[in-house]
Amino acid sequence: MSDNRMEVRQVELEVLRYNPETDQEPKLQKFTVPCVNEWCVLDALNYLKDNLDPTLAYRWSCHMQVCGSCGMMINGEPKLACKAMLRDYPGTIRIEPLAHFPVERDLVTVADDFMAKLKRVKPYLIPGQPRTLEDGEYKQSPEQLKRYRQYAMCINCMLCYAACPEYGLQPKFIGPAAIALAHRYNQDSRDGGRDERQEEIATNEGVWECTFVGACSEVCPKHVDPAAALQQVKVASTVDWYLEHFMSWVKK
Amino acid sequence: MAKSNKPIIWGTFAAGGELVSLVTPVLILLTLLAATGHVPDALSYAKLHAFAAGWFGKLVIFVILFLSLWSQAHRLRITCFDFGMRADGVVAVVFYLIATVGSLASLMYLARI
Repeated sequence: MSDNRMEVRQVELEVLRYNPETDQEPKLQKFTVPCVNEWCVLDALNYLKDNLDPTLAYRWSCHMQVCGSCGMMINGEPKLACKAMLRDYPGTIRIEPLAHFPVERDLVTVADDFMAKLKRVKPYLIPGQPRTLEDGEYKQSPEQLKRYRQYAMCINCMLCYAACPEYGLQPKFIGPAAIALAHRYNQDSRDGGRDERQEEIATNEGVWECTFVGACSEVCPKHVDPAAALQQVKVASTVDWYLEHFMSWVKK
Repeated sequence: MAKSNKPIIWGTFAAGGELVSLVTPVLILLTLLAATGHVPDALSYAKLHAFAAGWFGKLVIFVILFLSLWSQAHRLRITCFDFGMRADGVVAVVFYLIATVGSLASLMYLARI
């Protein structure tokens, strides 16, 4: 390993600070943090908290793009702080909490709205038919797995909500991740809960609030492509609508 | 919560979008060919007029015009929505009215051929 890989440079951070007990409104605070070029933004924040200002509040856990906790706005873009590498940011780095969510303190947002919506769409397996232990395991073909695997990669990091202009304009919108997760279970060959989920997602506040901007898929760190899931839900819901209104004798 | 009735509009939007992306480039190419005087024999005025005179031709032309108009009306509506125009009802009425007028006009013209 060559020496310059471990080279330290001074990185200017502008971090949004907000303490609801003392501050009227949030403001940006500047820090100069000595960083190794191979670090990610989360490393810089950890150094800052350990050495410069222990009062800084932010969420993180795994440091490896799995837990989905460290989502924040980095230079105005929703990113996982553990996936945003310092070498990609030559100038000052502005770090703010995820857009479209209320700020609890500093970089910590209130995620209650998303959690409530996630619960509404029932993102878990609802077996189509009751099964006993004697029936053995559920078997799936690679083809059946492929239908939902991509959508199962979601880590609930909420970057897609921060990116979605429709969610910003209409907070009642159930939003990209929750609908993509509902779709994940709808696509599962073992599942029989689609009718229950449609009651939530085939509504005006559900998939029909989406205008296919596509920003959700651009920022998704796990390549879930929520926009594709929502378009598939629209097609299926449209077929449902015609069946329900004109051919109610046909089974969906 | 009640299921949405937006599929009525979205159905024409999706079908029209597909159709526009497939048919429009061909129509542009044929128009350019015609403009430069290179009209293929199969697409001469007489043959196309005969096509438009038959009920099947009328149907094809109407479906293409109808779906194109409605998909683009819906596209303009949600573009306005994306730009933050919250008067969605008014915007919808204006664009869908234009699409309706266009659809009726194409019906009238086709009936006269």
